[in-house]
Amino acid sequence: MSEFLQFLFSGVTVGAVYALVALGFTIIYNASDVVNFAQGEFVMLGGMITWFAHAAGLPLPLAALIAIVATAALGVAINKLAIEPARGAPVVSLIIITIGASVFLQGAAQLVFDKQIHSFPAFSGDTPLRIGGATIQPQSLWVIGGALLVFAGLWLFFTRTLLGRAVLATSNNRLAAQLVGINTNFVMTLSFALSAGIGALAGVLATPITLTAYNVGIGFALKGFAGAMLGGMGNPKGALAGGFLIGLIEALTAGYLSSTYKEAAAFVVILLVLFFMPQGLFGRKSTERV
Amino acid sequence: MIKTTLTTTVPAALIALALASAASAEIRIGASVSATGPAAFLGDPEAKTLEMLVEDLNAKGGINGEEIALVLYDDGGDANKARTFATRLIEDDEVQAIIGGTTTGTSMSILSVAEDAEIPFISLAGAIDIIDPVKPYTFKTPHTDRMACQKIFEDMQKRDIAKIGMISGTDGFGASMQAQCKEVVGDYGIEIVADETYDPKDADMTAQLTKIKNAEGVQAVLNPGFGQGPSIVTRNYKQLAIDLPLYQSHGVASDGFIELAGPEAAEGVRLPGTALLVAELLPEGDAQKPVVTAYKAAFEEKTKTPVGTFGGYAHDAFLILTDAIIRAGSTEPGAIRDAIEATKGLAGTTGIYSFTPENHLGLDLSAFRMLEIKGGDWTLVE
Repeated sequence: MSEFLQFLFSGVTVGAVYALVALGFTIIYNASDVVNFAQGEFVMLGGMITWFAHAAGLPLPLAALIAIVATAALGVAINKLAIEPARGAPVVSLIIITIGASVFLQGAAQLVFDKQIHSFPAFSGDTPLRIGGATIQPQSLWVIGGALLVFAGLWLFFTRTLLGRAVLATSNNRLAAQLVGINTNFVMTLSFALSAGIGALAGVLATPITLTAYNVGIGFALKGFAGAMLGGMGNPKGALAGGFLIGLIEALTAGYLSSTYKEAAAFVVILLVLFFMPQGLFGRKSTERV
Repeated sequence: MIKTTLTTTVPAALIALALASAASAEIRIGASVSATGPAAFLGDPEAKTLEMLVEDLNAKGGINGEEIALVLYDDGGDANKARTFATRLIEDDEVQAIIGGTTTGTSMSILSVAEDAEIPFISLAGAIDIIDPVKPYTFKTPHTDRMACQKIFEDMQKRDIAKIGMISGTDGFGASMQAQCKEVVGDYGIEIVADETYDPKDADMTAQLTKIKNAEGVQAVLNPGFGQGPSIVTRNYKQLAIDLPLYQSHGVASDGFIELAGPEAAEGVRLPGTALLVAELLPEGDAQKPVVTAYKAAFEEKTKTPVGTFGGYAHDAFLILTDAIIRAGSTEPGAIRDAIEATKGLAGTTGIYSFTPENHLGLDLSAFRMLEIKGGDWTLVE
C-alpha cells in the first residue's frame, strides 16, 4: 500500500510539471491553432533566469518574479518579431517558426548564461513529508498547487471573461472576430505573454526538483505536448488531466512493470486514445464544413 | 571524392601553429580534437591543454633543443572529418605522432589511418575497443568504465556487500557503464538483485528507487549516470530515507554534483574519481601529486576555468609522447612507438602509466581513487 502511494506521489509530482507545460500550450493553441514548440524554452528560461538573478544576490521571490515578467516579455517579442510578420501563412509554417524560436532561445541561453546544470533552494525546505508510509517533497506540493491554480485561472478566463471568449473567437474564425470588433493582434500578443508567463512559472516551481540547464526545454515541451494531446488540444481541463495522467502512467509502469518500458507505456496510451478518440479525452467534437 | 572533402573542410579547419615556424621545427605533433560540436565540453579543454603544454615546453627550450610544432585541427566530433584530418596530418603536415580523437567515433577513424601509415596515435576516448584488441600504433590515456565498475565492486567487497541494486541512466554513458558493470560483477561475488533505468531528462526517480529498496536482500545501490540524473537520484534517495550505501560513477566526480544534490543528501555517497579532482587531498609523497598540482595550477591560471578530467587526458597523452621522444632520442615514428610501449611508471594526471606490448592502456585500478562525500566535501576513502 505504501508502495502504491509512493508511485502515486512520484506520478503526480512529474505529472504536475507536465500539466503546467500543457496548460501553456493550450493558450496559444486557442488563440491561433498553432502548437508553440518554444513552450519548453519558456520553462527553461523561468528556471535559468531565476537561478541567475538569485545567484546575483536577489531574494528568491523577486528573482522568480523577474524571470516570469522577462519571459512573458520575450513571448511578446517572439509574437511581434516572428509570428505576426508571417500572418496569413499556413499553420504548419507558423509551427516551424516556433521551432526556430525554440532553437534560437536555446542557443541564446547557452551564451547569456552557461552550459552547466543549476538549481536553487526549494521554497519550503527539503524535509520530505511522510504520508501513509510514503514520502513527498514539499516542493512537489508547490508544483501541484501551481498547476491547479493556473488551471482554475484559465478556466475562468476562457469561460467567464469577455477577453477569454475573444481569444476563443479569434481561434474559431479570425475574420469574423475582427468583424465583430475584436482586436485580434492584441489577443495574439496577450496569448503569448500569458503562455510564456505560465511556462516560466512552471520552470520556477519545478527547478528545485528537476534542476535546470540551457537544454532542458525540449524534454518539457515533448511531455507537455503529449499531455495536451492526450487531454485534448486547447482544453485546459484536458491539459491538466493529460499532464497528470502521463506522469502517473510513467510512475506506475516504472514501479510495477519495468522502468525500461516507462516512456513507451505513456506513448502507447496516447496512441490508443488518439486512435479511438481522435479529439483526446476532453476535446471538443468539431466538424469541418466543406 | 577525397579531394572535395578536403577543400570543403579546409576553411573550417582551425590551424594553430605553435611558437616556432613550421620550417625550423623538427618535432611535429598532430592533433585532431572536438573543440566544437556536441563533444565540445570534452574537446575544448583538451585543445587548450595541448596549446598550453606546447607553449610551455617550447619556452623551456623544447626537447633536446628542438622546438615542437603542434598542428591542431577541430573535427567538431565528426568521424569523417577526423579521418580527413588524420590523412592530412600525415600526408601534408608530415607529423611524427598524433594525439586526439575526443570521442570513441573520431578515435576509431583516426586509428585506422594512423595504423595504415604506421604513425603513433594516442587516443583521448573512453571505449575499451580502441585498444582491445591491441593495435601496434594505437595507445590511449583515459581509464575505461569497466575499470570504474571494478573499483566500485572492490570497495563493496571490502564492506561485505554481496547483493546490490542498480539504477542506470539510459544515455550513452550510463548504458555503457551498466553493461560493463554487469559483465564484471560476477568476478567479485556480487549479485545484482534489482536493475532499473531512468531517462536522463527524468525529474523523479522515487518509483524506481522504491522498487530497488523493496528488492529482497539488497545491501547497496549503484548509479552509473551523467548530468542531472545522478543528482536527482541522490536527492530521491534521501527523500525515501533509504539506509543503504549509495555509489555514484566517475561521471559525477565534480564539485557541481555536491552542490546540485545538496550536501545533506550527498553525505556518505561514494564514487571513483581521478587524482586530478582531489589534488589538494593527496598525501605528500603520492607519485601523482606534483604532476596534478602543477597541471591544475597552470590550467586554471591560463583559462580561468576549473580543471577537469578531460583536459587531463590530453595532458597525459602529451606527457607520454614527449617522454617517449626524449627516451627514443629520435623523431622517427617507429622509434617513438617503441619508446611509448616501453613506458614504465610514468605519473600522469589520470594515473600511473606502464605500457606493454599486450597492454596499450597502461593504467590499473590505482588510477581511480575511492572518494566519499563528508560534510559537503570530498574525502579519500583509503
